[in-house]
Amino acid sequence: MSNRLTHLQRLEAESIHIMREVAAEAENPVMLYSVGKDSAVMLHLAKKAFFPAPPPFPLLHVDTTWKFRAMYELRETAAKAAGMELLIHQNPEALERGINPFDHGSLHTDMWKTEGLKQALDLHGFDAAFGGARRDEEKSRAKERIFSFRTASHRWDPKNQRPELWRLYNARKARGESMRVFPLSNWTELDIWQYIHLQRIAIVPLYFAAPRPVVERDGLLLMVDDDRFPLREGEVPQMRSVRFRTLGCYPLTGAVESTADTLPAIIQEMLLTTTSERQGRAIDHDAAASMEKKKQEGYF
Amino acid sequence: MNEIYKTDALIARDIDAYLDTHQHKTMLRFITCGSVDDGKSTLIGRLLYDAKMIFEDQLATLEADSRRLGTQGTKIDFALLVDGLAAEREQGITIDVAYRFFATEKRKFIVADTPGHEQYTRNMVTGASTAELAVILVDARRGVLTQTRRHSYLVHLLGIRHIVLAVNKMDLVGYDQGVFDAIVDDYRSFARSIGVEAFTPIPISALEGDNITRLGANMPWYGGPALMDHLETVELDQVADLDKPFAMPVQWVNRPDQSFRGFAGTVTGGAVAPGDAVRVLPSGKTSSVARVVTFDGDRDRAVAGEAVTLTLADEIDCSRGQVICAAKAPLEVADQFEATIVWMDETELLPGRPYWLKTGAQTVSATVAAPKYAVNVNTMEHLAAKTLDLNGIGVANVTTDRDIPFAPYAESRDLGGFILIDKLTNKTVAAGMIHFALRRAQNIHWQATDIGRDHHAGMKNQKPAVLWMTGLSGSGKSTIANMVEKKLARMNRHTFLLDGDNVRHGLNKDLGFTDADRVENIRRVGEVARLMTDAGLIVITAFISPFRAERDMVRAMMQPGEFIEVFIDTPLEEAERRDVKGLYAKARAGQLKNFTGIDSPYEAPETPEIRIDTSALSVEEAADLIIARLIP
Repeated sequence: MSNRLTHLQRLEAESIHIMREVAAEAENPVMLYSVGKDSAVMLHLAKKAFFPAPPPFPLLHVDTTWKFRAMYELRETAAKAAGMELLIHQNPEALERGINPFDHGSLHTDMWKTEGLKQALDLHGFDAAFGGARRDEEKSRAKERIFSFRTASHRWDPKNQRPELWRLYNARKARGESMRVFPLSNWTELDIWQYIHLQRIAIVPLYFAAPRPVVERDGLLLMVDDDRFPLREGEVPQMRSVRFRTLGCYPLTGAVESTADTLPAIIQEMLLTTTSERQGRAIDHDAAASMEKKKQEGYF
Repeated sequence: MNEIYKTDALIARDIDAYLDTHQHKTMLRFITCGSVDDGKSTLIGRLLYDAKMIFEDQLATLEADSRRLGTQGTKIDFALLVDGLAAEREQGITIDVAYRFFATEKRKFIVADTPGHEQYTRNMVTGASTAELAVILVDARRGVLTQTRRHSYLVHLLGIRHIVLAVNKMDLVGYDQGVFDAIVDDYRSFARSIGVEAFTPIPISALEGDNITRLGANMPWYGGPALMDHLETVELDQVADLDKPFAMPVQWVNRPDQSFRGFAGTVTGGAVAPGDAVRVLPSGKTSSVARVVTFDGDRDRAVAGEAVTLTLADEIDCSRGQVICAAKAPLEVADQFEATIVWMDETELLPGRPYWLKTGAQTVSATVAAPKYAVNVNTMEHLAAKTLDLNGIGVANVTTDRDIPFAPYAESRDLGGFILIDKLTNKTVAAGMIHFALRRAQNIHWQATDIGRDHHAGMKNQKPAVLWMTGLSGSGKSTIANMVEKKLARMNRHTFLLDGDNVRHGLNKDLGFTDADRVENIRRVGEVARLMTDAGLIVITAFISPFRAERDMVRAMMQPGEFIEVFIDTPLEEAERRDVKGLYAKARAGQLKNFTGIDSPYEAPETPEIRIDTSALSVEEAADLIIARLIP
């Protein structure tokens, strides 16, 4: 092999280094697994970091019951293939109250995701949780550390972050406190796609274009993924060739019209496109600093 | 749009060819130094914009923000793109380290964006620690300023080999070559004085885009590369790292079953191949590499920067924190170093206090001596200093509680850089860079004596111990200690009582009551107590000893089981009510500074061997309880 490492080789090595530090220093780590493309890359890197052993931590899916069906299908097979335990948490209160994205707006994200995550971490006593967030996604993420310290009540204090130097990560904390760790911090969206392409990593088919039933609503193309989708008067799902640039709860995730059905075609489309990745997500449109606020409250 | 980024045609025509190009890109991490006034955020915004890293929706937000908050009239204020957190955006300053990403056909770039003011020295040091190149921005109208010197010093201190002097705002000085040349000359003489041998000066205008991605028509007199050309072609650290001897700190021992035992880590220097002779430090055991294991199959070679798993030919002890290195060029091993320390916490350095020191994959306990000197980061003058406070930089000796393998920082960032972690708050309080090992430890040998500690204790027919009373002033430590000693004397035990007040009349009369002096006070008492236990005595101490870290330090000095922490638990209100020496009254009146419990903290023991509740026990009962624990 060449002596010169490519940018993907360096990013891969950095992520593996980070994961090994966490495995060595945390008492009870877990990997947050959202079934999206970033999670897929993170899981793949975890397999590399600990090969030939399986990764020494479980996967945790904080479920909202509103993900795309195709995501639930991949979730099970990916965990099995990695030889890892898969934990699924659904906020029981949200379940009982029937919290959904159609009727409850931002409460949906808050209860299922933010509260659900905190519940799951407390329930299992996890003291370190890997997340697939990247610094290029959003401005407040650009300043977050790779090892992001959380108080016992899961709060993030952007003004009081630990300095992070060299490859030295301080994972020490008191009982009850925890770390969120972001091994993909320095990856960009293009890096992720290139890596998936090069490493032939399995991703949810929704990323590829196919004819799917969609309705146009509030400027978003929403896929009618199951019969829980309440159609408004006059709305008739139409089959259109669409794909998703990002995956979340299906009623909150906008599709883009596309015919890109191979990885190179997706990358091509991404490079030629003119809107940023998160635009398809309703969650970010609230306010410019919305993500920072959510993160302070404990959102990933 | 510039042709460097002009890849749309290729993307559209032949995406496979495009991907192939981009899969062979290298990566450069760099830092930009300067203040908002120098156009730093504007420069980064410009790089992102020119690299097409700004999408339409982001651009729309940016244009809206520019009109609302911007400082460029109707033009786009690129700085707004870069300023992240909400509070900072409103104040118009960046106060942390932010990382930005962009790519060209040749390289991916990670930019560390840090604030320039002196109070953010720690942020800059953090950003510089992972950078291979620094862009030092100078405003052409203002020339080399104090902050330019400070940034250059810090960048050099952190071992960045490539420095770009970007003279910005050339448009505001009429693109005048004379202005540029004068600034470069001025900078050159300064750079030499701090040991910077070479730098690359480039005249630019971030606002107008001159000499950023390509040479503009405005400065025909300039014969060097555009900034982007330079960033794309400068030699990467990984090339230099490859020439170093092989070393890999072991992060994780991979043991899925009895048949496999691999050592996982990131190669910090050189290369490794099966069959290579290696030495494991600090143990010094030798073996050879059997396999270089990766998920993608065994490899015949791994190089600096790669994260791999090695198996060795022999079953030798090797655990996390040890370093596997080339047998013929092993690292040095030592427990005392001279180092440059950058203090990063609001609480100042306490010389003598034990901190966690993390370097490579190991964490050990370490103390820092009083600095030899501190450095004025604006003038590089050496100043006398007793401690280092937030953003303070100084040179001091560091002592670890065990041998660690290392390389001087100038040779390896990974093997010579360390962080210090406060044992109580777990905060990262300092960064350090090892200069060299001190030979003192090796030259002062331990003189073995024929009559050892067991013999001393045997003659006295007792087991040596330290009864360490800790508690607030006026809690009853001295009274109880005195009673314990009287009772032990009646039992024919050989004892010695070290009392806080008495020691300060002699051995420690040079010490005051600052936190640093309190640490030194306890360290000395600990050493004396240790000598006395060697002499076979039962030592009773009565010191407030307010800090957990120092009590733990003394515990670590003693043989296992010999240190018995006795917490004389008297609530502050009660101690203050008694006020036997009238000290609380004085402290409350402001006549006595740094008084424990009033304006200096007391950290109660979490798990003392003995806890004496003075509200429930008499002096007599307390003494009996302690003795019962000592002599069951």
